[in-house]
Amino acid sequence: MKFSIRIFLASICAVFAMVLVSCDNNMAPLEPQASTGSLKLEFDNVVGDRDLKLDTDFYTNAAGERFNITAFNYYISNIKLIKSDGSSFTLPQDSSYFLVRENDIASQVLDLKNIPVGEYTGVEFMVGVDSLRSVSDASNRKGVLDPGYSEVMYWSWNSGYIFMKMEGTSESINTANGKYYFHIGLFGGLEKATLNNIKTVRVDFAGKKASVTGTMAPQVHLLADAMKVMNGSTVVSVAATPVVMASDYSKNVADNYINMFSLDHIHAN
Amino acid sequence: MKRKFKVQMLFWGLLALVVASCKSGTGDSPEPEPTGPTPLTWSKPSHFPDPVYDLSKNTMTEEGVELGRFLFYDGILSRTGNIGCGTCHQPAAAFTHHGHDLSHGVDDRVGVRNSPSVQNLAWNTSFFWDGGVHHLDLVPPAPIENPVEMDETLSNILEKLRNTGKAGSNSKVNYPKLFQKAYGTEEINSERMLKAMSQFMMTLVSATSRYDYYVQGDQNALNSQEKEGLSIFQQKCASCHTGTLFTDHSFRNNGLSPNRIDDKGRSAITLDVTDDYKFKVPSLRNVGLTAPYMHDGRFYSLEEVLDHYANNQNSSKLSVIEVSPTLDPLLLQDPSRPGIRISTAEKLALIAFLRTLNDEQFTKDPRHADPGVGNAF
Repeated sequence: MKFSIRIFLASICAVFAMVLVSCDNNMAPLEPQASTGSLKLEFDNVVGDRDLKLDTDFYTNAAGERFNITAFNYYISNIKLIKSDGSSFTLPQDSSYFLVRENDIASQVLDLKNIPVGEYTGVEFMVGVDSLRSVSDASNRKGVLDPGYSEVMYWSWNSGYIFMKMEGTSESINTANGKYYFHIGLFGGLEKATLNNIKTVRVDFAGKKASVTGTMAPQVHLLADAMKVMNGSTVVSVAATPVVMASDYSKNVADNYINMFSLDHIHAN
Repeated sequence: MKRKFKVQMLFWGLLALVVASCKSGTGDSPEPEPTGPTPLTWSKPSHFPDPVYDLSKNTMTEEGVELGRFLFYDGILSRTGNIGCGTCHQPAAAFTHHGHDLSHGVDDRVGVRNSPSVQNLAWNTSFFWDGGVHHLDLVPPAPIENPVEMDETLSNILEKLRNTGKAGSNSKVNYPKLFQKAYGTEEINSERMLKAMSQFMMTLVSATSRYDYYVQGDQNALNSQEKEGLSIFQQKCASCHTGTLFTDHSFRNNGLSPNRIDDKGRSAITLDVTDDYKFKVPSLRNVGLTAPYMHDGRFYSLEEVLDHYANNQNSSKLSVIEVSPTLDPLLLQDPSRPGIRISTAEKLALIAFLRTLNDEQFTKDPRHADPGVGNAF
């Protein structure tokens, strides 16, 4: 009798353990023992050595053309933080899509939460949106990827996201409106391999460190130099190619802008 | 024994407590609706292959389909309020734009391609004449945002739909209520909207033509000329218009001369010159109801279509198969004379057969019809 009660009690314990485990997913997580913190990634758009000022300021590119910028936006996604020992932390994908827009200051600071405590010496990210998201159903397109989001950069006819959008005007352009439009996208196709302009960029902090602790939330200040969209391995002329969208030439622009990111400084907190 | 009973009581009591505490921890689970949406089981016709669309990510309900039907027909999806999907995709013409080579959208702007049939999309691997869209959920934004079709933005439509529930709205439909019926709450977002439209389009299955009865065993469903036509079809057409769906979902250049805007079709998507002038092989289901034909609607009758493929210039259009580097090799088996050898008698039999793919149960199904919100012109 005693023995069977013991077995019975043991089985009770087992059942409780199971219930508690299954319950765990839905309950508030236990108090974190400062194993994670946060980090802010700031994208400061500049043009050469000057701050980017939409509409009002004019700049001169390597082709010798004077131009201004009326829009400068890009997707940053699939962010990975790199530690000094070479290990890294990849943000959960669902919380790793951002749309940086020059005319929206809030969009330029990426607030990364639940980052494991540690010293980070570099960051890697995609400029654009990965191919899987570009072909998935409506439930995988939230936030800045939502085709119903007012600022979304999405081609509905050639279904996929515009990774980088830069627009402006130049007196050098001989079209009716004198505008240039660089809309760079193309994720590589689904049924058939097509041009893939998804670019992964790595910015090393060059000896500097971003220390994430329970109390320290460092801010990594990156520069994005819009001049490099035009000035790079290809010298892009706004007069020669005022419209660059879904075309082979878009590859040259994408190959240029992968080099536009650099570290400016890191705030410890 | 008594003691065991007590222990048992203790066990169940504690378990109840744990379960209760567990439940209170899940604060985000929505309150169950007293009467939730009614699940709808979508089943494929027995002689059809498995669908491509993944219904596990979009559970169909009667209310979801009904919401999708309203959205499909309602001109609220256009900038001007009068062009719905159903304007250019009318049931009687198997969800094409009857009689229109090209369609006219907002402000009577003329499109560049012939309105394709919205039928059997559950099996499509890509969408539109050039295959530019990869997922059924993302089909509606293409015509919505096209300046010559509906010229509207998805974000603006969501706002307009939300406002239909408010005082002073001149909409016939209270969309927040329809969304609530379909999804349990009045929230209107793009995922809900697009998935409801997918649900409705998933119900647009044509599988009850005379041909379908024939392949399922009714030998009398086709007459002798139609059966002869089927046999010719299998020899001369079915390499592209394959199988139950009458398409292999590929993109091919069928020798149409480039049109006035030099529409190059598939290569605009793939940026590959080997895809120049290739267009989606369309399904032939209901082909007797979907005139005009081809990506720009240049042929008004099936006779003209067959004259083109036969390349013998019988019809008034004087169509000639244009030999170009991307012309489909199946049309160039005899380099001295491109095309497919089809005699006049064979053409008659083929057309008789093609008309057996007309599916009036499908085109006249009241469940697919405009619920009274659309404009068809």
